[in-house]
Amino acid sequence: MGMDSLILFSLFALFLPLAGFVVLIFFGNRLPREGDWVATGAVAVSFVLSLIIMFSKLATPDSVTATWAWVQMGNVPVLGGLTIELGILIDNLSSIMLVVVTLISLLVHVYSMGYMQGDSRYGRYFAYLGFFTFSMLGIVITHNLLMMYMFWELVGLSSYLLIGHYYEKKSASNAAIKAFVVNRIGDAGMFIGIMILFVHFATFSFDAIFGAVAAGDLPFASQAWLTAAGVLIFCGAIGKSAQFPLHVWLPDAMEGPTPVSALIHAATMVAAGVFLVARMFPILTADALLVIAYIGAATALLAATVAITQYDIKKVLAWSTISQLGYMILALGVGAYAAGFMHLVTHAAFKAGLFLGSGAVIYAMHAALHKQHDHQTDAQDIRNMGGLRGKMPVTYWTFLIFTLAISGIPLTSGFLSKDEILAGTLAFSTLNGHFLLPLTAFLVAGMTAFYMFRLVILTFHGKPSDKDRLSIIREAPGVMTVPLIVLATLSLFFFYSFNPLGASSGWLYQALERPASVVPEAIGPIAASVLYQAVSSVHTLVMILSIVIAVSGLAFAWLVYEKRSISADKMAAAMGPLYRGSYNKWYFDEMYQAVIVNGTLALTHISNWFDNRIIDGIVNGAATVTQGISKISGWIDYMFIDGLVNFLANFTGAIGMRLRKIQTGKVQNYLVFAVFGFLVIVFFFMAI
Amino acid sequence: MEFQIFGIGILTWIVFLPIVGMLIVLLLPNEQKNAIRWTAATVTGLQLVLAVVVTMIFDRTALGINDSNSFQFVEQFRWIVVEAVPWVGKIEIMYFMGIDGLSVLMVLLTALISVIGVISSWNIEKMVKGYFALYLLLVTGMMGVFVALDFFLFFIFWEVMLLPMYFLIGIWGGARREYAAIKFFIYTFVGGVLMLLVMLALYFSVAYTNEAGEQIHTFNLLHMMNAANYVEGSILYGLDTTWRYVAWLALFISFAIKVPLFPFHTWLPDAHVEAPTPISVILAGVLLKLGTYGMLRVLFPILPDATIFFMYLMASLGMISIIYGALCAMAQQDFKKLIAYSSISHMGIVMLGMAALNTQGTVGAVLQMFNHGTITAMLFLIVGVLYDRTSKRGVYDFGGIANQMPKYTGIAMVAMFAALGLPGLSGFVSELFSFLGAFDSFRWITIISVTGIVLTAAYILWTVQRVFLGSLSDVHKTLPDLTGRELLMFIPLAIIVIFLGVYPAPAIELMNASLSHLVDFVNGGMP
Repeated sequence: MGMDSLILFSLFALFLPLAGFVVLIFFGNRLPREGDWVATGAVAVSFVLSLIIMFSKLATPDSVTATWAWVQMGNVPVLGGLTIELGILIDNLSSIMLVVVTLISLLVHVYSMGYMQGDSRYGRYFAYLGFFTFSMLGIVITHNLLMMYMFWELVGLSSYLLIGHYYEKKSASNAAIKAFVVNRIGDAGMFIGIMILFVHFATFSFDAIFGAVAAGDLPFASQAWLTAAGVLIFCGAIGKSAQFPLHVWLPDAMEGPTPVSALIHAATMVAAGVFLVARMFPILTADALLVIAYIGAATALLAATVAITQYDIKKVLAWSTISQLGYMILALGVGAYAAGFMHLVTHAAFKAGLFLGSGAVIYAMHAALHKQHDHQTDAQDIRNMGGLRGKMPVTYWTFLIFTLAISGIPLTSGFLSKDEILAGTLAFSTLNGHFLLPLTAFLVAGMTAFYMFRLVILTFHGKPSDKDRLSIIREAPGVMTVPLIVLATLSLFFFYSFNPLGASSGWLYQALERPASVVPEAIGPIAASVLYQAVSSVHTLVMILSIVIAVSGLAFAWLVYEKRSISADKMAAAMGPLYRGSYNKWYFDEMYQAVIVNGTLALTHISNWFDNRIIDGIVNGAATVTQGISKISGWIDYMFIDGLVNFLANFTGAIGMRLRKIQTGKVQNYLVFAVFGFLVIVFFFMAI
Repeated sequence: MEFQIFGIGILTWIVFLPIVGMLIVLLLPNEQKNAIRWTAATVTGLQLVLAVVVTMIFDRTALGINDSNSFQFVEQFRWIVVEAVPWVGKIEIMYFMGIDGLSVLMVLLTALISVIGVISSWNIEKMVKGYFALYLLLVTGMMGVFVALDFFLFFIFWEVMLLPMYFLIGIWGGARREYAAIKFFIYTFVGGVLMLLVMLALYFSVAYTNEAGEQIHTFNLLHMMNAANYVEGSILYGLDTTWRYVAWLALFISFAIKVPLFPFHTWLPDAHVEAPTPISVILAGVLLKLGTYGMLRVLFPILPDATIFFMYLMASLGMISIIYGALCAMAQQDFKKLIAYSSISHMGIVMLGMAALNTQGTVGAVLQMFNHGTITAMLFLIVGVLYDRTSKRGVYDFGGIANQMPKYTGIAMVAMFAALGLPGLSGFVSELFSFLGAFDSFRWITIISVTGIVLTAAYILWTVQRVFLGSLSDVHKTLPDLTGRELLMFIPLAIIVIFLGVYPAPAIELMNASLSHLVDFVNGGMP
């Protein structure tokens, strides 16, 4: 396949979903089925194109780039002429991601045809799904930071629109706003990072920036600024991938329809942060990577501790998503590049599956509750479920496979990727002593197995909470179960590696070879070869450990929730504040509300007060003073100046009054005056 | 380049067509409301056609700014000549118009917003004749400022705008219209006085030698940009003198009031809240740009030494306006006031980009002037649509409008997200270049300013939530969606906002040469 056709195909893959969006927005109402088939068809074609692109790309080692000039400016000081390019980069990373995104998107489109049936904004929903797919593909195939940022914000928009799908509900619109604004905080950091790189290198292109850094040209000739740029760009990932401390938006995002949670808030968009870190990997310094690793580890642990105590089926999955994203970020931070990205791929399948499975459960619960005319019971609370296994066999068995995968049980895809992450993390710590990282990673692995089996057992096993309801529960329709079966198949090991116990020989792992770091060696990460050496020496140990830990987590959940040999309530009581903290998500929302939200609100009121009282006070005060002065000057005018004028007038008048008396009208008198006057003049001149 | 119609230059046509319209309006009887409206629509429509023609045939490579030969569509002849005045010598005031890359987009914007303002004025019933007469006079004033190249002419147009605006707010405004009108008048009048003083100081300092060897004092802006024309010993002679700094500050304040920059901004919220919708549209769409335009046309190239000296002052005021405007916007409950404050925030970005004194920043700033003009015009029209239907304007008065008025909501989303700086819409591009340029010159000021984008997102989304989302109250269940007339004013703006967001190159090409030259000239510190 030629390079040009690869670019052409990727452009079609990118723009088809957008075309679907435009058609649905303007003509959706006039199309049969509100045009869901247009959106689904567009994504299906995108998927096929993506597959072709991936296979063609993986067959050759060279990546393909195409660029178009977007804006040209002449004569920029320091930089000279400036051309800002848009461009596409097809390499292993982007071609694999293309397939992941379009595949999950396609399955979610199909699934939504069942799940969203009868929704009042059915067509609009599909339009937004298409817009999301477009924006996400844009992130994936761009060759520069500017486009990355642009599409980054656009996925934020589609996420906002879809979380707010049920916007009549205040909680939904609140969640949508929270998602957007929290992400914007991360994006502001990312934007500053991009500015640092752009202002120095005068380009947004990844290749050009990497090339310049490789040649020893650092932003502002400073290693600190290079690290800062890396960490600031990572801020974008902290927002989008819901990493600590910006993780608070993702659990709330579950207000959106469940298929949206599967597509956007589990499989693809939230993974964009991981993708970003992978893209920027070559210029991340050791310091920046260490920050990334610790943030990832903290997130993984924090989220896992919360997931353990939640009762809302979607919330458990949301927290587990945050935790797994933490894993991926941790992996990239320690330099286990392929492992981290591979986890992104395997996680996309099984987590999308988990969400779609939970959607099937919620769908069935809703239908049953509806039949019972019960509008009180929460259809998402696992305490209201139980025993669904028999009634929903397809959902149950697929859900079980996804759960095994996320828990890292052998023969699943999750085992392969998680095992590599654990190995990479442990190897990293043996090289530089950051033992907290592998410790956290192993702990989280055990907790993951525990809370995921807790979820499965409470939902599908045990006694039903309501026998009547159980009797009317029905399995979800075919459009919903088929995607589940597809995803369950994709959660098995053989798609990724023929060796069920090792990913490194598989095609995916090998396709994701870690790119060479371009930062100066002194501040660069541990070399790939050194790390792999360490990985291979700890690999067997890690494999045994990870299996033991996962199985014990699973077994513990079995004892507590299936056998009930250990009382969950007693455990909670014994934990006391720890339990309450976990149940209340460690009070992050409350903290942020009190400090950041209320702080900002207070600031807005202060500004407003300042504007109305101080600035306008001065303006109005000046006006009042001017008025006052004008009154005084008016008074002065009246009393003195007018007084003087009036005085003069009166004085003149008075003299006139006196003088008029001599105007007698008698000729004799005038003659006397004239003679008298004449004599006075004569005397006057004579005197001289 | 010259372009004449019936022997009269195209710029004169563009500037004075509205005056012709005004005269016709004045001749029409009061009752002929539709004839009056159609007259206004026709002249502004013709003006727009001419402005589009000018933009199309505009030579994108010509520099302009201080080079009289590369200005386009120039019309120049002596207007007022007084021979041999004691002390001063010969006085010359020129009728001197022309455009370059800095003004061409502003001319287009003014013409566009004027037409949209007329469409939006269609349902004004109070004293229609007076309204449109003043409106058309206002349009002439605005357009004149953008094409004048003689300071005296510039100043006359500047002051011509003031009076119609005062009456348009004071007579057709809301409840506190008189307070708002007087406040507007006094603020801008103070600005005008400061400008007048600087103008006179420049006049007495600048003299050029004509072919006959006479030294002639002049108001020609281009002569004022040439150091050789400053009379030795005159008040503004030399570089980096105290008087030049004082003159810079005075002129800066007179322009900053129009922008408006913190702390000279408080006339704006009042004026906007009280003004009728079309006047808010004109005010935000065009009038505010006169301030930043004036800085680039007059202040920067005439006093480049002081401009460089005060760079950080400008950037800091830009930064404060961005953050402070956003914070104040967030505190508002009146939809219109909220948008007024958001204008302060967005014009702060213009200031920040300009202050950077580099091509990216200046291009970003001028593009932001244009984009803010279109986006904010849309936002005020959006408020106007709801106000026309309900006589309410509070953001808490609504809710659930999305279900009742889907077309309206779709248009509003485009405008709101453009104001929020969403990529793919025009606001993003200009903010991007403004920030990129600013970061090159001021690292920390820009970093602080960027936090403004978070605040902007917050207040815009809150407003969207309160007005459009949620459930619809019963009183609003009969609200009709947009009418044809309303769509006519929104759709062109929406198309521009989306087009320039996706492909800004055509707009940037128009200004690139002139702005690059301006930046070079200013950084050269007046040769």
